[in-house]
Amino acid sequence: MSRFVIRRIVGTVLVLFAVSVIVFTIFNVIPDSNPAQSMAGKNATPTLVASIEKEWGFNDPLPQQYVTMMRKVFTGDLISYEGREDVDERILEGIPATFSLCIGAAVIWMFFAILFGYLSARKPGGLLDRVLTVVSVTGISIPEFWLAAVFLNYLAYKLGLFPSGGYVPLTEDPLQWAYHLILPWTTLSILYIGLYSRVLRSNMLDVLGEDYVRTARAKGLSPGQVMTRHVLRNSLAPIVTLFGLDFGALLGGAIVVEYIFNLNGIGLYTFESLINQDLPPVIAVVLFGAFFIVLFNALVDLFYAFLDPRVKLGSSPQ
Amino acid sequence: MEGRSPWYLAYRRLRRNRIALAAAGLFVAILLFVLAAPLWADQVAHTTPNANHTLEKVEARGETREVVNPEGKPVGPLWLDAGGRFFLGADGTLGRDEMVRLMYGGRVSLLIGFSATLLATLLATVLGLLAGYYRGWTDAAISRTLDVIWSFPVTLLAISLGLALAVGGLRIGPLHLSGSSIWIPILIIGFVYTPYLARPIRGQVLSLREQEFVEAAVAQGAGPLRVMFGELLPNLASTLIVFFALGVANNMLLEATLSFLGVGVQPPNASWGSMIGGGFELITTAPLLTVIPGAMILLTVLSVNVFGEGLRDALDPKSKVLLEAHAGTPEPRGTPV
Repeated sequence: MSRFVIRRIVGTVLVLFAVSVIVFTIFNVIPDSNPAQSMAGKNATPTLVASIEKEWGFNDPLPQQYVTMMRKVFTGDLISYEGREDVDERILEGIPATFSLCIGAAVIWMFFAILFGYLSARKPGGLLDRVLTVVSVTGISIPEFWLAAVFLNYLAYKLGLFPSGGYVPLTEDPLQWAYHLILPWTTLSILYIGLYSRVLRSNMLDVLGEDYVRTARAKGLSPGQVMTRHVLRNSLAPIVTLFGLDFGALLGGAIVVEYIFNLNGIGLYTFESLINQDLPPVIAVVLFGAFFIVLFNALVDLFYAFLDPRVKLGSSPQ
Repeated sequence: MEGRSPWYLAYRRLRRNRIALAAAGLFVAILLFVLAAPLWADQVAHTTPNANHTLEKVEARGETREVVNPEGKPVGPLWLDAGGRFFLGADGTLGRDEMVRLMYGGRVSLLIGFSATLLATLLATVLGLLAGYYRGWTDAAISRTLDVIWSFPVTLLAISLGLALAVGGLRIGPLHLSGSSIWIPILIIGFVYTPYLARPIRGQVLSLREQEFVEAAVAQGAGPLRVMFGELLPNLASTLIVFFALGVANNMLLEATLSFLGVGVQPPNASWGSMIGGGFELITTAPLLTVIPGAMILLTVLSVNVFGEGLRDALDPKSKVLLEAHAGTPEPRGTPV
């Protein structure tokens, strides 16, 4: 166990280091970008530009700039180029909206994916299975941002059924919080509902062929008991694994949804920073996102070892 | 009894799968639609995808209408009332013909989806073969590099790259791509999608190379290249075909997202995704400018997904390649979104 933890921590640090170097490099090879120039404004004098360059250390060698920036990320002193805001503070401010969006969407997608997958596998090839297959494959094929835009126009603007965006804190008004998040949750979860219900269906069909299912039937359990207690339970592990990994990476999907529904979270902040070529927030957010991915990777491995004692932690897979 | 090749058997199974065939039919129809773009533009609409008609008037059923009215609202769909001009209306304040742009935009979307997936498949195959065949240090180096790309939120990585390269273009040695080249989104998407394919391919190579036919080839004196490309690669073919189809669907969606956010296809080129981006600004006055290109993406991706699943069922009725393509087994990995 301790070996597993140490390996994982070392791995995490290495991955985060590599990821931050890549982002830093991407931004520093943009040929026409000059943060000092854009901060000084269009009609800036060369002296002003030079003093900003000096103040921010843009003329230092790149490795030194990188080290300075990383130190600021972890001490909380990171300041954005655009508007000179405290980056870590902005990220913390964005957490409630982004977490509400992601966790809510995750609950919805797991619920419907398990429901649809279960119903499909109960009678494969039946009418319900075929209808749900169409629904799932369509869900996998819908451009998320387009669905968000269509919802926004028809359900919010035209029919006025839902608010057109914005975030209401949970602590302020739980009903309004949920009401404002219904459309974003739906858009973000549709792809995963489609994908996960397909995966679950196929896992359940595999498990149905196992000997222990036959045994369960032979000892007189009702078909419903066999399906829920034996088949469904044993088919859930891969779904939960997939869930851990996708949930860690959900920030990517949150960017588009937060942008369209104007949710003031980390995704929207990231997108605005990217468009402004504002490196400090982008680096911080990418590290934040990568940290979650790595964390959930480790959780998934732990979960696997917990489910299946044959999996040994600390030894590399394969 | 006459022997049948596995490919022939797969073809026979596919031919019986009516849903997959319908999907293939839909895809061919979409392909013909976008290929007919120059024909429609020249013969029917008499314009080009980027021609500006803001100040013009168009005659529809004896009624003269402004292409863009003084409030900036573009003319809606005229269908065939103006002889095919502005069939789907104009696209915004620039007054370009939406139908012509839809046809040309589809070419860009499909081209990027296919080229990026082809690139990712080639890269992933070579990397997967090298890592799975040599194992040891080669494998460690390749796998860890892919892990790093994997630890990025994919959309975020693609957006960062898209932004950087759209501003400055790309210069590798003598090769120079301008920021508006459609090669840039192709390279970016191909690059970020590679790990999702390389992982499962490596896993398959690892198990294939333990089999007797590889031993036999080595005993006959085959070198590493012969074993990798002559023996292992043909055994990967059916997996690769299915991965390719599902990859196209996935990458068309990624391209659309990037272009919608303004970091994918750059003007003067347009794709369905960037058309939605433009249409979204006018969504309350002209919602069709958003709805139609999105519906085209949905139909195309749907047809590719359904056909891809049919291919999988035909090539290997017992496999779970859809799961693998998205989850990247042997170790399950997240969904590439």
